[in-house]
Amino acid sequence: MPEIRVTPLGAGQDVGRSCILVSIAGKNVMLDCGMHMGFNDDRRFPDFSYITQNGRLTDFLDCVIISHFHLDHCGALPYFSEMVGYDGPIYMTPPTQAICPILLEDYRKIAVDKKGEANFFTSQMIKDCMKKVVAVHLHQTVQVDDELEIKAYYAGHVLGAAMFQIKVGSESVVYTGDYNMTPDRHLGAAWIDRCRPNLLITESTYATTIRDSKRCRERDFLKKVHETVERGGKVLIPVFALGRAQELCILLETFWERMNLKAPIYFSTGLTEKANHYYKLFITWTNQKIRKTFVQRNMFEFKHIKAFDRAFADNPGPMVVFATPGMLHAGQSLQIFRKWAGNEKNMVIMPGYCVQGTVGHKILSGQRKLEMEGRQVLEVKMQVEYMSFSAHADAKGIMQLIGQAEPEHVLLVHGEAKKMEFLKQKIEQEFRVNCYMPANGETVTLPTSPSIPVGISLGLLKREMAQGLLPDAKKPRLLQGTLIMKDSNFRLVSSEQALKELGLAEHQLRFTCRVHLHDARKEQETVMRVYSHLKSILKDHCVQHLPDGSVTVESILIQAAAHSEDPGTKVLLVSWTYQDEELGSYLTSLLKKGLPQAPS
Amino acid sequence: MQCTQIQINHHYVGLWFGHDFHPQFPSFAACSKELKECSGHVFVDSVPEFCLPETELIDLSTVDVILISNYHCMMALPYITEHTGFTGTVYATEPTLQIGRLLMEELVNFIERVPKAQSASFWKNKDVQRLLPSPLKDAVEVSTWRRCYSMQEVNSALSKIQLVGYSQKIELFGAVQVTPLSSGYALGSSNWVIQSHYEKVSYVSGSSLLTTHPQPMDQASLKNSDVLILTGLTQIPTANPDGMVGEFCSNLALTVRNGGNVLVPCYPSGVIYDLLECLYQYIDSAGLSNVPFYFISPVANSSLEFSQIFAEWLCHNKQTKVYLPEPPFPHAELIQTNKLKHYPSIHGDFSNDFRQPCVVFTGHPSLRFGDVVHFLELWGKSSLNTVIFTEPDFSYLEALAPYQPLAMKCIYCPIDTRLNFIQVSNLLKEVQPLHVVCPEQYTQPPPTQSHRMDLMIDCQPPAMSYHRAEVLALPFKRRYEKIEIMPELADSLVPIEIKPGISLATVSAVLHTKDNKHVLQPPPRPTQPTSGKKRKRVSDDIPDCKVLKPLLSGSIPVEQFVQTLEKHGFSDIKVEDTAKGHIVLLQEAETLIQIEEDSTHIICDSDEMLRVRLRDLVLKFLQKF
Repeated sequence: MPEIRVTPLGAGQDVGRSCILVSIAGKNVMLDCGMHMGFNDDRRFPDFSYITQNGRLTDFLDCVIISHFHLDHCGALPYFSEMVGYDGPIYMTPPTQAICPILLEDYRKIAVDKKGEANFFTSQMIKDCMKKVVAVHLHQTVQVDDELEIKAYYAGHVLGAAMFQIKVGSESVVYTGDYNMTPDRHLGAAWIDRCRPNLLITESTYATTIRDSKRCRERDFLKKVHETVERGGKVLIPVFALGRAQELCILLETFWERMNLKAPIYFSTGLTEKANHYYKLFITWTNQKIRKTFVQRNMFEFKHIKAFDRAFADNPGPMVVFATPGMLHAGQSLQIFRKWAGNEKNMVIMPGYCVQGTVGHKILSGQRKLEMEGRQVLEVKMQVEYMSFSAHADAKGIMQLIGQAEPEHVLLVHGEAKKMEFLKQKIEQEFRVNCYMPANGETVTLPTSPSIPVGISLGLLKREMAQGLLPDAKKPRLLQGTLIMKDSNFRLVSSEQALKELGLAEHQLRFTCRVHLHDARKEQETVMRVYSHLKSILKDHCVQHLPDGSVTVESILIQAAAHSEDPGTKVLLVSWTYQDEELGSYLTSLLKKGLPQAPS
Repeated sequence: MQCTQIQINHHYVGLWFGHDFHPQFPSFAACSKELKECSGHVFVDSVPEFCLPETELIDLSTVDVILISNYHCMMALPYITEHTGFTGTVYATEPTLQIGRLLMEELVNFIERVPKAQSASFWKNKDVQRLLPSPLKDAVEVSTWRRCYSMQEVNSALSKIQLVGYSQKIELFGAVQVTPLSSGYALGSSNWVIQSHYEKVSYVSGSSLLTTHPQPMDQASLKNSDVLILTGLTQIPTANPDGMVGEFCSNLALTVRNGGNVLVPCYPSGVIYDLLECLYQYIDSAGLSNVPFYFISPVANSSLEFSQIFAEWLCHNKQTKVYLPEPPFPHAELIQTNKLKHYPSIHGDFSNDFRQPCVVFTGHPSLRFGDVVHFLELWGKSSLNTVIFTEPDFSYLEALAPYQPLAMKCIYCPIDTRLNFIQVSNLLKEVQPLHVVCPEQYTQPPPTQSHRMDLMIDCQPPAMSYHRAEVLALPFKRRYEKIEIMPELADSLVPIEIKPGISLATVSAVLHTKDNKHVLQPPPRPTQPTSGKKRKRVSDDIPDCKVLKPLLSGSIPVEQFVQTLEKHGFSDIKVEDTAKGHIVLLQEAETLIQIEEDSTHIICDSDEMLRVRLRDLVLKFLQKF
């Protein structure tokens, strides 16, 4: 029995280190290869030893697909390909291919240079890893090998984020990666056609949330920033260099312009300019409005937003700073946070999801005394605000995507178990499909029943279609043919053609039945009576009276002869071939019942 | 102009098309106000008009799909989508759409700047046209020529385009699949593969094997074509584009060094990117760093900006730059360093900035409208200046004719990167289509060089050619179509090995067809007879004659057959030999079975039980098909 098997190595009932193994029609595909922000030990990366104990990964995996550049989706890639060892193809979109190595290098620097970790991947490994990458364009069908094909759809979550369809023959799986069903200030909405996959693997970060309108959230955000700045406070917005940062920059830029505000806005990382440059060059991946107006005004050239210098953090007076990374788990955002945390005039706005174990997660869950390195305790007096700007689909969006793709089964990853449970029920109720939510290392097996494609000879098909297009529910018409199987070539042809192709002669099987009728009249008259009798019953059939005195019903021949001994009896000879078996048999039994009395 | 239509499976696929722009030319003087003479040539004085693809031969409302090859091949689109009843879908890549829009916008802008009240029509009268000198008298279909469309029509036409990416498989009506492939000629330019499960037609139009800025041509995907339609080859098969670029640079430098100005009539996108890139590498070494380059077109800015954002459609080198991230084309740097300046027209800022000597890139390359007209009039009288023709679409002599006499130097460096005949023959060797179909003119040497047997397509079997408005039957016969066998049905099939490696199974199934997709489902289980309350009608029992029984094959060995009969309780069996076989007599049952090599005939009384028993015994010896 063919089946599809799915095993999450990461992101199973969890957010972080996304990595999902899919086996479909004998092909093995790894979806994403992420790291976990909440851990600094082995749990940081997916457990690749699960894939194969002693063989080489390259022999086992047909390809690796990366959905977007966030580290929880690609952070383990150099470790996986260079340190564990994988030489097969890695597929991602061009923006992901461009930005991913930069974020990996950033991550490496923090881990090795700042935290002093040993046995981490090197810059060279990132470069070697990226050499194995093959770019996939939107909607392009990439033939991984003769049977396995993949296709990317726009996912909207960050620049270059994609959903992937993995297809072998008539079986397919769609993996959404992270996606967003509502367009924002710089990206469009995710979209997929009605591709009816056997399985849809979807993220479920906001499985239980239905978010209010974007406009309200934006207004709220601007109001909070504005108020803080007005009273002379400093606003810290921890972000990742690419993604939400650009959206919020566009938002603040236009607001500053409109309100004619003077307080400085800074963007912390050296990446800013580079990041904005990527957005300019990959503008075809942004939303409709930005693409339309980019010749007149490039939205990614900011007037009010300037580069941040470490010394600025101590400047007096109000300011707004975007600093990386987004979950306050390391780097500059954490440094600034420590400096400003003690002042209640200041504010930190967390615009996205924070995984467990990060400072971001701690302050969001209400913790106000944080233990830092060296047993120092940091008291948080600044205001802490959470605003969901991360571009994930909410429950409504997830349902919408399922409705678009019409999958046979749904599997949830990239979310918290409790919330998944809720969404799972909702999906099963609304779409009447099975929904799964395996934990890491747990395998879901789905039996599939792929139909078998064969070639039908046009002659046979046309003969069949000529008999009318609408199938009649009461009398289903059967197509009769012969399937010729030669190697892997399957052809369905008419029986005649099959005989001809194989050089075989047809063997004709014919029956002739003698039916005795009591009828003293002449043979011709008996035949006439038979003819009118049959004609009155068989309205849908072609009944003919031929000049030679015989009657035909379709290709069945009926002749009458006198009985050799009894002149009051006539013998009807009903003759048909095996192909007319039903009708022939029916006619003999019909005639055996005798003829109705002729009207005198 | 190219326009080919293919009909597959009752669906029409149009493969489109540019329009020929007929600069309206030469002729007789005196006969009308419409005609003007200049240096011995006669011209029509009129609003420019355009020749459309053939629209009389086909009913465009029956065309389902139009596939666009590249942005030069879509200039007639508004005429088709807005005025012919066409309601189908147009497919094109994003760069084709965006740059196509720019070309149309420029054209509309140029034409609107020089309003003329009247179109000339008198000369189109057949009796008048016949008397006019060439090329006027040879112009085709003059009565169908149209004035330029409006921007509104352009927008409406372009809104009907569906964007597609290279190697995207697009299902049309479930019957055929079309896929655009990179053709290497321009940003987003495509060849199209049109295939069903058993047939493949490739449409190769405007392709290039040279490494310029676009993504290289995808040749591998053209393999295994039943038919390859080949069009859009180079217009100048004798000119080598590399050599022409070199000549362009050196002539440009020479003129400027002598204090003259250079005029380059050009389209706002395409070869101009390559020329700017060459100049970028060349100007410093040639000592031209202080010479201003002007690019004047209503869409100059957009064209330069758009070129930088189509990374995915560029050649590998340029793509790599985007990953750094750097702009893929060096004209960004030329603009930054003020060496290249662009203006929407000669009015406004340009008149303040204008310095001579300089180099001006501007349109339209036909020299009939656009800012180029102004520069020809400004610089035409001085032999210090040079006009360099790079676009191959127009004869430069005809283009210049109305400006004669001209003191300005004229250099002709046509740069046409599309396939030449040597490249075509290499391509065909590589791709090996079963049949090649191409326009008539590619199958014979050009009329002006009739001895150049190398300037024609040479392939085996010889290419099938067509001429304007000809309908050609493509040389393949469709024999098979795909059908899906449902798993439940597949499970019920019983294959028998007939010959080593060949198995057969008879299939009896219900055919479902929806959206041109065929599916075979298992036959329904026989329904239970309806409850006794309902009165049974005679006709309910009549079997459906459309249910076909399989054919039979094989032969019946008499001895074994008789043994089988005996085993099943028949006695009193008599066998007689006949000329062709045997007769088996069951005397008691008054039954006779004639057995021959290829036939069996059972003759019996109307004892159905007996007949069916005999039938099943006979069938045991035969194979069903």
